[in-house]
Amino acid sequence: MEFIQSIDWLQLLRCFITGGTICIIGQILLDKTKLTSARILVIFVTTGAILGGLGIYQYLIDFAGAGATVPLTGFGANLAKGAIESVKEIGLLGAFIGGVKASAGGIAAAIFFGYIASLLAKPKIKKQ
Amino acid sequence: MHKIGKQTICFDNPPSILEAASIVGPKEADGPMASYFDKCLEDEFWGEKSWEKAESKIIKETVNLVVAKSNLATSDIDYVFAGDLLNQCISSDFGLRESNIPYFGVFGACSTFTESMCIGSVFVEANGAKNVICATSSHFCSAEKQFRFPLELGTQRPPTAQWTVTGSGAVILSQTGQGPYITNITPGKIVDMGVKDANNMGAAMAPAALDTLITHFQDTGRKPSYYDAIITGDLGHVGKEILAEMAQSKGYNINSNYNDCGVLMFDKEKQDTHAGGSGCACIATVFSGYFFKQLKDKKMKRILLIATGALMNSTSMQQGESIPGIAHAISIEI
Amino acid sequence: MEQINTQKQYDKLVKEKSPNSPILRDCFNAFWVGGLICSIGQIILDFCIFKGMDATLASTVVSIALIAISALLTSLNIFNRIGKFAGAGTLIPITGFANSIVSPAIEYKSEGYVMGVGGKMFTVAGPVLVFGISTSIIVGIIASIF
Repeated sequence: MEFIQSIDWLQLLRCFITGGTICIIGQILLDKTKLTSARILVIFVTTGAILGGLGIYQYLIDFAGAGATVPLTGFGANLAKGAIESVKEIGLLGAFIGGVKASAGGIAAAIFFGYIASLLAKPKIKKQ
Repeated sequence: MHKIGKQTICFDNPPSILEAASIVGPKEADGPMASYFDKCLEDEFWGEKSWEKAESKIIKETVNLVVAKSNLATSDIDYVFAGDLLNQCISSDFGLRESNIPYFGVFGACSTFTESMCIGSVFVEANGAKNVICATSSHFCSAEKQFRFPLELGTQRPPTAQWTVTGSGAVILSQTGQGPYITNITPGKIVDMGVKDANNMGAAMAPAALDTLITHFQDTGRKPSYYDAIITGDLGHVGKEILAEMAQSKGYNINSNYNDCGVLMFDKEKQDTHAGGSGCACIATVFSGYFFKQLKDKKMKRILLIATGALMNSTSMQQGESIPGIAHAISIEI
Repeated sequence: MEQINTQKQYDKLVKEKSPNSPILRDCFNAFWVGGLICSIGQIILDFCIFKGMDATLASTVVSIALIAISALLTSLNIFNRIGKFAGAGTLIPITGFANSIVSPAIEYKSEGYVMGVGGKMFTVAGPVLVFGISTSIIVGIIASIF
């Protein structure tokens, strides 16, 4: 219960609004262009990596927390951030190690859970 | 049989449609046409392990059903013309591999039903066969998997998207029988008006339907009012409206007797099927279930059946090609 | 009505006859569902930090947790219903990435575990990894120069 008291509600509101707004950008792309969802995800991750590389995305993370890191732009920014940090530590080779290392948890989890799901679940039709 | 006009064949001894059968999936069974189908499935797998196996079973059972309904023996059937949407027509190939009937695999996308009836009727009229079966199938799940996305992917369907009908329809064309008869066929040309949106198939196919429709009227000298019903395959709500409007602008008013099987199949509001049904089975089941019975009961005397197809695959879509359309018309009279 | 002869004229007619997506409703749903998913992430993040976890590690926990929830909902045939309602609201957060891996894994199980599950798993997510990782490497190389 101490945890609930410690929640920064204003921070949560910023997170909600920022995350929601990033999704609105995606929704406009979905509805107004003929882009498939795969292409939109690629656009978001690439944009995130570029903004992350330029250091701009960090401002958004400082402002919105998970509202900036949970959307796929955050995944891209995290890749770029990891690459840059690793380059600072070990030089050029870090460009190849840092990005994936920083995002390894998410990638590995998605693959593992995908595999587990395929063992347990059966395809079903959308009921609507 | 003789050719009239540009591309129409007129039959001197019109083949009779001896019998028709249809099997549909659960969603179609919830729709307004449900009571007309011979069999409605309770689930899309029908006890099989994959969507593809299920679709094969549907076409196999539909063919068995139409033979049983006709009181013919399988050995009385000379040839079967069948097709579907899956690559290399595997549903028909696998579904009919144990049928022991000489087999032609036919592909015309969703136009396959009338395409196979065109070919079948020529065989029968030319005395190359006494009885032939024409059958097609489609399955929502196998079509989504092949052409679009996995079913579990959380995507939104745009309002112009259509819903592939799960099911199969089959007819027997025969030299004997009391009708209804196939009197004319107008095989269509490939028409491409540059539509690239795979979520708007009706718009991609409507120009082909228009071309075939007008050619049919020109070749036969008939007017739209000659028919009790003009029925397209799966233009859906969007394509239907486009076709009606374009036909009118060319001087053919079809508004009063025109309908589309994709529109008839589902209740748009209740079933959330957006622009309507599509797929090879759409016209095949609605014709076999509904219109064939209307003709048999003499509630309708003359109909023009135009199945429409979108001739694309996932590779052509990814390469940015537009979607060519095709439509074959057959006039059925009693 | 004017005659339709060219592709351009036809394109105009098609646009006129095709209903548009209800963009305001879609955006509203995308906004609040997307915002909610991020907020759940924020609460998990705060909780991990509250329990004394390092911020970077906590962020990874958020990703794994949201991916696990998405995988579960995808397996239960619930994710696609939420996705249909929320559109980009579930697509853009990491949940969409997870769903894009889990859904083909389930769908292509019928083609076997190696080429079906293993091969098709990346039909949508593969491009995301290719472009995300490649961009980050380019960023890293540029960073090493300056």
